[in-house]
Amino acid sequence: MKDFNSWWISLGLVPPIAGGALIGLAVAMLLLANGRVAGISGIVGALLRPVRGDVAWRVLFVLGMVLAPAVAGLWTLVPTPEIEAGFAVVALAGLLVGVGTRYASGCTSGHGVCGVSRLSPRSLVATAVFMASGIATVFVVRHLLFGWRF
Amino acid sequence: MAALFTAFASGLLFGLGLLASGMAYPVKVLDFLDVTGAWDASLLFVMASAVAVASLAFGVAGRRRKSLLGLPIRLPSRTGVTRRLVLGSLVFGVGWGLAGICPGPAFVALGAGAPKAVVFVGAMLLGMLVFEVLERSGHRAIA
Repeated sequence: MKDFNSWWISLGLVPPIAGGALIGLAVAMLLLANGRVAGISGIVGALLRPVRGDVAWRVLFVLGMVLAPAVAGLWTLVPTPEIEAGFAVVALAGLLVGVGTRYASGCTSGHGVCGVSRLSPRSLVATAVFMASGIATVFVVRHLLFGWRF
Repeated sequence: MAALFTAFASGLLFGLGLLASGMAYPVKVLDFLDVTGAWDASLLFVMASAVAVASLAFGVAGRRRKSLLGLPIRLPSRTGVTRRLVLGSLVFGVGWGLAGICPGPAFVALGAGAPKAVVFVGAMLLGMLVFEVLERSGHRAIA
């Protein structure tokens, strides 16, 4: 795994730019083929008040995301994403992300990628706000509560 | 039927993009948000690259009524910056900063078999359900 990490880092900005382009292609595909905005929180959230004929594509989109590590594993080593925060913090974080993204009508994908691409004022504001509160939260956890393990 | 395939393919591509870019890895996301520490700016390039490609697609979509598969192109129509947009984003950012996971990477981590991803996705769905219940009860917690 160490070798994988150092190899990955040695590629510099290639993975971020190539990975970002793949995300952009995914957005383009869902938009141009299905006429839908690829906002993950919206795609998932609408499944909690299902509308006839508007369920299957959402489930399949999410299934595609879930299967991505297995598919990538066919040709490369895929390190498991390690979540360092403790179980209680992870649960709290999930709850806040769920409630917050629904009230905000979007998350990093819907506002941060799609909305910013459309230069939507709502999305530009949302992206600035969640970036700022994310930065503030990491500052508090990593620097003010330094050394405190959850 | 074709639309179901493209939805699946789009989700798969999205997930591969999150993995390849590093966005699926919480530590990388937290290092990006840690601007006063050992800041990792690489996720800025992920967003810039994704936006560059996606904006071309939105440019094309803006000139069309129907998608290539003949489906209506649905774009968000709301324009006002509301209190719920700002407060919701604020709350989302706190959750994002606590664990380093947002909705997309949560599903990728789930597929990769990260045990805590099960907890995160479960809690996230519960949070979304809380929103639905509050909305349906007509109790607009945030105007």
